[in-house]
Amino acid sequence: MSIQTRLADDGETLVISIEGRFDFSTHQAFRDAYEHGESGVHRYVVDLTDTTYLDSSALGMLLLLRDYAGGDSARISIENCNSDVRRILSISNFEQLFAIK
Amino acid sequence: MTDDSLRVLIADDSGTDRLILKRLLKRIGHEVLEAADGIEAVAIFQREQPDIVLLDALMPQMDGMEAARHIKALSGGRMVPLIFLTSLSEAEDLARCLEAGGDDFLTKPYNRVIIEAKIHAFGRMQRMHDTLSRQRDMIHDRNQHLLEEQTIAKRVFDNVAHTGCLDAPNIRYHASPLSIFNGDVLFASPRPDGGMLVFLGDFTGHGLPAAIGAMPVAEIFYGMASKGFGAADILKEINRKLGRILPTGRFCCGAMAEADFKLGQLKVWNGGLPELWLIGSQGEPVACSSRFLPLGILPPERFDSSMETLQARDGDYLLMMTDGLLERQNGEGELFGEAGVRRTFRERREAGHPFEALLEGVEAFSEGARESDDLTLFCLEVSGDTGLAALPESATSSALAGPSEWRCDYEIREQTLGEFSPLPLLLHICMEVPGLRARSGEIYTLLSEIYNNALEHGILALPSEWKHSPDGFEQYYAERQRRLKTVGDHFIRFSLHHTRKPWGGQLRVICEDSGPGFDFSRHPVLGGGERHADWPRYAGRGLFLLKRLTKDITFHGKGNRVEIVYDWKRPVAESDDGAATDPGKQRQ
Repeated sequence: MSIQTRLADDGETLVISIEGRFDFSTHQAFRDAYEHGESGVHRYVVDLTDTTYLDSSALGMLLLLRDYAGGDSARISIENCNSDVRRILSISNFEQLFAIK
Repeated sequence: MTDDSLRVLIADDSGTDRLILKRLLKRIGHEVLEAADGIEAVAIFQREQPDIVLLDALMPQMDGMEAARHIKALSGGRMVPLIFLTSLSEAEDLARCLEAGGDDFLTKPYNRVIIEAKIHAFGRMQRMHDTLSRQRDMIHDRNQHLLEEQTIAKRVFDNVAHTGCLDAPNIRYHASPLSIFNGDVLFASPRPDGGMLVFLGDFTGHGLPAAIGAMPVAEIFYGMASKGFGAADILKEINRKLGRILPTGRFCCGAMAEADFKLGQLKVWNGGLPELWLIGSQGEPVACSSRFLPLGILPPERFDSSMETLQARDGDYLLMMTDGLLERQNGEGELFGEAGVRRTFRERREAGHPFEALLEGVEAFSEGARESDDLTLFCLEVSGDTGLAALPESATSSALAGPSEWRCDYEIREQTLGEFSPLPLLLHICMEVPGLRARSGEIYTLLSEIYNNALEHGILALPSEWKHSPDGFEQYYAERQRRLKTVGDHFIRFSLHHTRKPWGGQLRVICEDSGPGFDFSRHPVLGGGERHADWPRYAGRGLFLLKRLTKDITFHGKGNRVEIVYDWKRPVAESDDGAATDPGKQRQ
């Protein structure tokens, strides 16, 4: 498991990439990824290209990010999910809260 | 002596060799005990419990090998390094020393630097071993403590959550005994009208944090279910409560089912659980996948508790499960998954019970793989005859006090018709009458029959014959939802009037709606006119039911005002007060 963050070219989008399993063991690293981020971030992209697995505590962490980013006004997209990850997101109907691409 | 100082036992039959070694060890700060042969060495070891033993391999009485075996046996769980002192140099002899339980050997003549280094290294290893043992014991104690706490917490939880009607003959379920600490909860309660409510939930996380949210959910579920609230209202309340008490990021995936066995109707809601399955004797199983966010995430104003209505026949099964079942793995690490569930249903023998089939299916699949018991599986058989006892008469002890002469008018109108059911409230008022609680099922049935007739046929003008075909059934409930949204300035007015009677009491209920009414004089069941199979109002079992339960039923005005008279007999201790007894009928 490792988490990488980078600022996108537009300067206001924080891209958080998660490699391997996205579960409770990632809790602290995931929080650190956005809580100590640069100012001027208005959008978040959670890039799951290299995420093999996602569990319900990861769903909880996504909700925490959403809360941090302003709740209903948060602009977060979850991108590049594999089919297993997408299935878990859609069983929980997270597309009602996040833009899932 | 320093902290690194050790108590070293030297066993050597040569006094000179012993002396050399003793001086050497004392100089580097260790305490020394001495033995001249194996027997003495074992005795001193037992008495003094030294940290390290240096043993000459060849000694009279008992040689080093033999002494080593005794000492190892005596040291139990403690790590006592055992170093052989030997002038042997044959590899085989040295190997025998280690086989006898030795940890290392020192060859004579002694080299001070090597002795110091070895003793130091073993001292370090011993401290590490002690630390690990201490930590292991501590973890063991803590774990023991945690398990005791969980057992107590579980007992408290069971008192709150009890098993409801999970032991009903038409229910089967599998849950691990401490499933609450996996975050799984399963509740079932009879409804006052004879139906049943089931809730299956899966909280995020494990352990106490997962269990703690389950308490209020149990209270809300059982409390509201016994008062006659429907699934949608209970879900709203659970969502509101969990949203308030759970920290962000914690939630509860859940599914609720409300069964009406008389109508052969299941209302289901799924927020985040795997598909629910309705399995009929014929045709393909019907899946109800999750259409909503889990409970405890959305604020009350955005929470959607719309129920999906399914038609079910006697003998159909409803299966609900948590994802523990789908996540079972086989030896190759593959998941059972939805595919496994579908495969099991496909391969199920005609007569086989789907619950058994699924449990067997998942066990067979995961055979040989690591055992994990965190799955909850529930199965309800749709059955007109559930053999369910009525709701617990929790208020019988206080049944002596309460109103018995009263009137009450209650009107709901406009959009409220679509958003609110007055039935729990009206039932609650009736249940305040001393002795009437024992009749809650009948009262609820009466009230809900006339209310639903007023709403669905009187105001919304839904034709009840739609409900007789599967397509029409869906159309009926879709249309009901649609028409409720644009209900306009309609109303339903209840007038309840209770009086005390020598045999018990009499409840009169008048229900008037703002609909166009109907020509009751020609209604077949009411006595007049020709027989109509598809009479627009009170066509089905509803009117028969009302006629059976009440002393009298009359229609007034243009047919939009119905009046029922319900006589009830105070239960007498020695009489057989079976559910079939009907005081009104007896007096006719």
